[in-house]
Amino acid sequence: MFAPSHFTAVLLFATFASVVFGITQRSTPRAMIRYGLYCWSMFVGVVIVASWVMWLIRR
Amino acid sequence: MASKVQVPAKTTSQGFVYSALILGWLVPGAGHLLTGRWVRALLLFVSITVMFWLGLAMQGKLYAPNTGDVLDMLGFAGDLGNGVLYMLGRFFNLGHGAVEIATADYGTKFIVVAGLLNFISAVDAHNLRIGRKA
Repeated sequence: MFAPSHFTAVLLFATFASVVFGITQRSTPRAMIRYGLYCWSMFVGVVIVASWVMWLIRR
Repeated sequence: MASKVQVPAKTTSQGFVYSALILGWLVPGAGHLLTGRWVRALLLFVSITVMFWLGLAMQGKLYAPNTGDVLDMLGFAGDLGNGVLYMLGRFFNLGHGAVEIATADYGTKFIVVAGLLNFISAVDAHNLRIGRKA
């Protein structure tokens, strides 16, 4: 049984989804890496921002 | 009046044109392997397979064919995208254990998203096969 923390689950999800998005949505290796990194930072960044927003709403 | 007309790329495929699409759906990355992109194939296989396996390890649910709730039907459609992985999971009776951890719902989503990503991957392999993508 694997029981990751919520943030670890986010990091894993972002990593695998970004790899697939990078490969499938761009044509050249360089563009794939750039787009994959962009997707990864968006996934993780939006989660962190949303988490802080929820924390502020709860206060 | 001049207009921009998109001319489809020259078809480079030989044989059955949907082979990459079907093979890519059945086994993650296999469609890319068929078109000779083995690095992409390996990355796709590892990403989708590990995501599916993590979902099961998190006690995620494998949806069975159903005609009940709409979300359950959509969950089945997403799971079906995993191809052989889904069939093996059902064959070995995985993905419906007693939920003991809070992240089990994440596991269910991991499995569904792995299937949806595999659909995207299979379509990409098809585009490579027919020459629509370089």
